[in-house]
Amino acid sequence: MRYLPLSDVDRAEMLDVIGAGSIDDLFADVPAEARLDGPIAGLPMHSSELSVERQLRAMAAKNLVAGEVPFFLGCGAYRHHVPASVDHIIQRGEFLTAYTPYQPEIAQGTLQVLFEFQTQVARLLGCEVANASMYDGSTACWEAIGMARRITRRTGAILSSGLHPHYVSVAKTMARFTGDMLDTAVPSFDRTDTERLIAGITKETSCVVVQYPDILGRIGDLTPIADAAHAAGALLIAVVTEPVALGLIKAPGEMGADIVVGEGQSIGVGLQFGGPYVGLFATREKYVRQMPGRLAGETIDAEGKRGFVLTLSTREQHIRREKATSNICTNSGLCALAFSVHMTLLGEKGLRTLAGINHAWAVEVAGRLSAIPGVSLVGGAFFNEFTLRLPVEARPAVHAMVEKRVLGGVSLGRLYPGEDSLANGLVVAVTETVTNADIDALEAALAECCA
Amino acid sequence: MTINPSGWRPATPSDVHGEVPATTTGNRALMLEEPLLFEIGSRDQTGVDFDARPQSSGALGGLLRTALDLPGLSEPETVRHYTRLSRQNYAIDLGLFPLGSCTMKHNPRLNEKVARMAGFADVHPLAPQESVQGALELIDVLAHWLITLTGMHGVAMSPKAGAHGELCGILAIRAALEARGDARSVVLVPESAHGTNPASAAFAGYKVEDIPANAAGRVDLDALKARLGPDVAAVMITNPNTCGLFEPDMKAISDAVHAAGALVYCDGANFNAIVGRVRPGDLGIDAMHINLHKTFSTPHGGGGPGSGPVVLSQALMPFAPLPYVVKAEGGYRLVEEETAHAEGSDSFGRMVAFHGQMGMFTRALAYILSHGADGLRQVAEDAVLNANYVLRTLEDVLDAPFASSGPCMHEAIFSDKGFAEGFSTIDVAKALIDEGFHPMTMYFPLVVHGAMLIEPTETESKATLDQFIIALRSIAERARAGDEALKAAPIFAPRRRLDETLAARKPVLAYQTPAPDGADNGEGAEVGGG
Repeated sequence: MRYLPLSDVDRAEMLDVIGAGSIDDLFADVPAEARLDGPIAGLPMHSSELSVERQLRAMAAKNLVAGEVPFFLGCGAYRHHVPASVDHIIQRGEFLTAYTPYQPEIAQGTLQVLFEFQTQVARLLGCEVANASMYDGSTACWEAIGMARRITRRTGAILSSGLHPHYVSVAKTMARFTGDMLDTAVPSFDRTDTERLIAGITKETSCVVVQYPDILGRIGDLTPIADAAHAAGALLIAVVTEPVALGLIKAPGEMGADIVVGEGQSIGVGLQFGGPYVGLFATREKYVRQMPGRLAGETIDAEGKRGFVLTLSTREQHIRREKATSNICTNSGLCALAFSVHMTLLGEKGLRTLAGINHAWAVEVAGRLSAIPGVSLVGGAFFNEFTLRLPVEARPAVHAMVEKRVLGGVSLGRLYPGEDSLANGLVVAVTETVTNADIDALEAALAECCA
Repeated sequence: MTINPSGWRPATPSDVHGEVPATTTGNRALMLEEPLLFEIGSRDQTGVDFDARPQSSGALGGLLRTALDLPGLSEPETVRHYTRLSRQNYAIDLGLFPLGSCTMKHNPRLNEKVARMAGFADVHPLAPQESVQGALELIDVLAHWLITLTGMHGVAMSPKAGAHGELCGILAIRAALEARGDARSVVLVPESAHGTNPASAAFAGYKVEDIPANAAGRVDLDALKARLGPDVAAVMITNPNTCGLFEPDMKAISDAVHAAGALVYCDGANFNAIVGRVRPGDLGIDAMHINLHKTFSTPHGGGGPGSGPVVLSQALMPFAPLPYVVKAEGGYRLVEEETAHAEGSDSFGRMVAFHGQMGMFTRALAYILSHGADGLRQVAEDAVLNANYVLRTLEDVLDAPFASSGPCMHEAIFSDKGFAEGFSTIDVAKALIDEGFHPMTMYFPLVVHGAMLIEPTETESKATLDQFIIALRSIAERARAGDEALKAAPIFAPRRRLDETLAARKPVLAYQTPAPDGADNGEGAEVGGG
């Protein structure tokens, strides 16, 4: 077996040193009735590298690859071009095969990367501090609601109808067990729910949670919601699932959001059928001790040299156990590295250009698709994603387009099954990766579905 | 005993002469200092070129970004920045990483290759199901392996990491109890458990109470039985436990817990010790998470991403989180909120936006198929053999509190008993760094004073173990003799011991650009070196 260095001679010598007659003697604590006397039946035996590669390649071949077809899916996961050097760097063994940096003297590489990542995320989201990452955007969103509960000592959270329905589901799952009261609603094509959010704020409200841009792609000023929340002693949580947008549009922190969380996948990480992704989490400095997750901080070593360590760990489970701010133990370290490398390659200049290109393509595609007879664009400002109202149900249209090898968008019927008012909605995301030929193919396929 | 056939000889500290002379740059040959990105990058620099394309801010509603202040680097500068930083890291590719309960084993590169196949890496989570049948198949095949290896009824694949898996298991338990109208309020957790156990139980709304250990380092069965009652929802057990010992009474514990109407959660962090030799399902366990990044070798990546599927008993499977994959006639199908009821699910809901850590599933399956049922059994055997070898070659110089009770499983535990006054585990750990090894897990579990928990894993050769043993024996002897030089360790690492108290007392968590006139703005200031 190619991953096991011990030879039979080694094994015999080692058993001799230990003073055991056989390997079985080392498993003596396992009750006899629970011991298996050979390989588990019904499972295949070991395979060569070539054979394993073949088996997995056969499965991979059954999937329609985003990069090989006209592709317009978004709704929380976006396809952007990732420079080749990003994957090269994250595959360096010193990053890939390192553990959590609990021994800082020999983990300065990871720790400095995390410190730089935290700074990049804080600046991008317009906040003072960020942590070293969470699992993904949806879990970061729930953690933010829990943090708002701890800060305000209130349990009422008002969730915008524009919040990703899967994020709402995650929050509902957890709230059932924690006692938080969630006020939720489904989106409407005709208006955003700013008025509902503001009207719903009471003295029991811990936070208002808005997504920006929202699940239908719309963007709006968060300032009035922030002001209303603050006036009642509640916090504003903003959720960003497409961070590339923040190269072009105002950051939630600049509009008064107290906690900004996000899905960082779109910078550096890739689609990967939903994971691993990288949760972004940023807030005000005064709330840092209520923040979940790992934090890297600057300090000095015994010779006075600058160095970095994991810090404020008295918030965390390995110290505080059941009193910790969260049960989270890992961060999404390697994905945070990928995000950080990609962000470093882009810089402000590249990010602004990338965002500008995304928006320009989206404006063009929105114009062309809404010119199809019967199709209209759901109103409001947008970045690189928008919602179309089709003259037919969008869900079958999506499947019909797949038959033509066009991945044309996410139907609201999939995200909101049973909501008749949304059944004709198709959410279309347009990034720098599309081509004119892709747009032609989508236009033709969609026109046929709507004819 | 011959434990050093390679001829390698340890240096004694006296071989190291005098002070290391300073250099102008602060670099020391291949040990290169690297400034922060914010000190070398510029807002006007970028390492990405774009195809010419008209840009637009046409439909943004006037919400234009002004301040951003993100420095960029050209591609060569970027590659060098991160490559230099990488070289300040220890890694499993460089040497032994004997962190107890962390299972730092070799990460095969085949796994990286398959994870990057476009059919897995470039697939959207909301792509129509008919276009992602291979991805759903992969999840189903891995699920079958995990269920079969553990002898359980089903598996929830979506939890993102071990602690997330614990939460999943506890939520399933709570949902099952509530479904039978039996609200309970307490979860019992041994003192030796990972901190995530009590935190996960608390996160799910439970009160947490300790279960005491007995002198042999195991759960005290009588004390546990005495505490069980109608308020206890679940007992969380780590098996093998964090002292590296198998719980021989596991079946009796499960039976007692079930008799009291509660359920058994097993922390599967240490599954590497028993994979292919013992099925947790045969021990009466109701839920157990599997750290794919431990037992099944997906890379730790400097602290994640992990992946924590949870195998479940028949009693808990109906409450498993959404979405999940079912194999049906004509293909694989995702069960989501829409169809959960019709599929007979009584799920407690969704734990994450999408389907879990697909990129980790591909890696883990490549590892599992490589080993097969026979190889995985050998994994457990070699992991346990290596740990017992470490235990027996060190127990004369390090106190091994449970050595007399028999063999250990995949990790060996030692205490700081016998060290000279004023010397502690941290001094031994930091001295190991100078010897070229990553330290063992320190001060955990809490039940052993100054604990040193060593898990070599099966992917270490005997020659590597022998080097490590010689180094650690020498350090242990110095700690017993009170060699003050130990307190200065590490001296050859990129940094000396770091001031963690300062970091926590005056947190600097983000870089602050110094004021333009060079004056210190009081925060994020440079503090020497670097």
